[in-house]
Amino acid sequence: MKITRAEVEHVADLARLHFTEEELDGFTTQLNDILSYVAQLEGVDTGDIEPSTHAMHMANAFREDEVSPSLSPEEALANAPEKEDEAFFVVPKII
Amino acid sequence: MSGLTQYPIHKLHKLLLTKEITSVELTRAYLEKIDTADPKIKAYITVTPDQALEQAEKADKRIQAGEAALLTGIPLGIKDNMCLKGVRTTCASKILENFVPPFTATVLEKLEEQGAVFLGKLNLDEFAMGSSTENSAFFPTHNPYNLDYIPGGSSGGSAAATAACLCAGSLGSDTGGSIRQPASHCGVVGMKPTYGRVSRFGLVAFASSLDQIGPITKDVTDCAIMLQAISGYDRRDSTSVDTEVPDYQAALSTDLSGMTIGLPREYFGKGLSDEVETGIKNAIGILEQLGAKVVEVSVPHTKYAIACYYIIAPAEASSNLARYDGVKYGYRAKGYSNLLEMYKKTRSEGFGPEVKRRIMIGTYCLSSGYYDAYYKKASQVRTLITNDFKNAFSECDVMATPVAPTPAFKIGEKTDDPLQMYLSDIFTISTNLAGVPGLSVPCAVSKGGLPIGIQFMAPHFKEERTLKAAYALEQALGNFKEWPQF
Repeated sequence: MKITRAEVEHVADLARLHFTEEELDGFTTQLNDILSYVAQLEGVDTGDIEPSTHAMHMANAFREDEVSPSLSPEEALANAPEKEDEAFFVVPKII
Repeated sequence: MSGLTQYPIHKLHKLLLTKEITSVELTRAYLEKIDTADPKIKAYITVTPDQALEQAEKADKRIQAGEAALLTGIPLGIKDNMCLKGVRTTCASKILENFVPPFTATVLEKLEEQGAVFLGKLNLDEFAMGSSTENSAFFPTHNPYNLDYIPGGSSGGSAAATAACLCAGSLGSDTGGSIRQPASHCGVVGMKPTYGRVSRFGLVAFASSLDQIGPITKDVTDCAIMLQAISGYDRRDSTSVDTEVPDYQAALSTDLSGMTIGLPREYFGKGLSDEVETGIKNAIGILEQLGAKVVEVSVPHTKYAIACYYIIAPAEASSNLARYDGVKYGYRAKGYSNLLEMYKKTRSEGFGPEVKRRIMIGTYCLSSGYYDAYYKKASQVRTLITNDFKNAFSECDVMATPVAPTPAFKIGEKTDDPLQMYLSDIFTISTNLAGVPGLSVPCAVSKGGLPIGIQFMAPHFKEERTLKAAYALEQALGNFKEWPQF
């Protein structure tokens, strides 16, 4: 499966990344090399075998719905690029 | 005083107990060495001298009071992808260049409980993505055995600092070989535990089903000590496994009678350099003399491991790195006119090329229309690889393999071809996919003076077998190489 430049642009949009024209060309070539390599898995006979998301077969790790200490507002805002009133993260208008 | 920096942790512990040295003296010795030698090695991103000396003073009080643990007062380096409250944690990325975590990783809390000293944060490939530490957004780290060569990656800073005696030992993280390969290239011991053995809480996630934290140390005894300190169930990591932690030091022995070592035939074919092959074969000969029985085993799906990994890891990474959006922490770009532009500019300016490459591969493999062909297929191959390991371990107690196809290569040698770089991960990558423990221990030195390691792998939660084989080999080999002098 060869990935086209248009597909690379689409994937970049999904990944919230922006590339220059030159970078797009470079990425298209590199991605094609890598994707051709990984495509060899198509030839593996996997039949009905279960896919694993983990090597260990672990079930859900639940906990009781109990409130426990968390970050204070000051701590949570300490690394904020833009904040207001020590209570809000400031972001561009969405609506 | 600088002679102290050559000693392993277990020897330093004895010197501290007998009051021949204090932790403050020891910490000062390392800080001085970092000042003189690190400009050449470039292992450290952030050095924390004030905090280190404060921790050392506390440790000395504890030692005086007769309450020392094995790691009390021992100066350690920490890979810069583990959160330490109040200390800049960058993941070697511009996007986190000024990020100061408001919390501390579980493994670091455990080390703090023992009264260890943290000298600083060590360099890595950006977000742990790489095999050479050349992908750090700040600077590459240099191999202490030859400064023109890579230290390996992604835990290159940790391995180089330990080998150059810029810390007594260190922590690294391993997703596809990132502890074991740099340990091999830098002539130190590196262990990736079983998935779920060590808590990932506070480790900045790259690929959540593959990542593990582990020790990088001067010798196997130190490795057992550090592994003991960081292992165990943590309710804050829902992938942490609640199973007993054995006494790892008790497993160390020089008698391997009764142990069967499997050599997987797929790991000994073409692509392996002659020097590495000779070093490994020599080590295996020694293991036989120590009483081990050596058999050939097979892990037939090995040839698909890299393809499998380079779908799964980037897929998980694309999801984990979606959080870096400039909203709540980290870098935010300037000059955007709407939210979407803010995201794109921030991420494009903040991430380096390898990170972007992996996010792109991962996003593509998970996207609608391609998920089944790539991600689901790779997850099925992962099951086959895991089953291969189970089958192989029914015929042996541990497996022994090379760690890397060649000794370290020169800085800049493989940066033009990302795929070539990926292919060099062949011997370490399957262990992460199967979740089994793997340990790299030095076994030879190349003609060019570069270290070569041998890897031991064991079934899930049988780390003690790898430590036993490695310790026996280490003792039999004796001091076959010097720590590089600076």
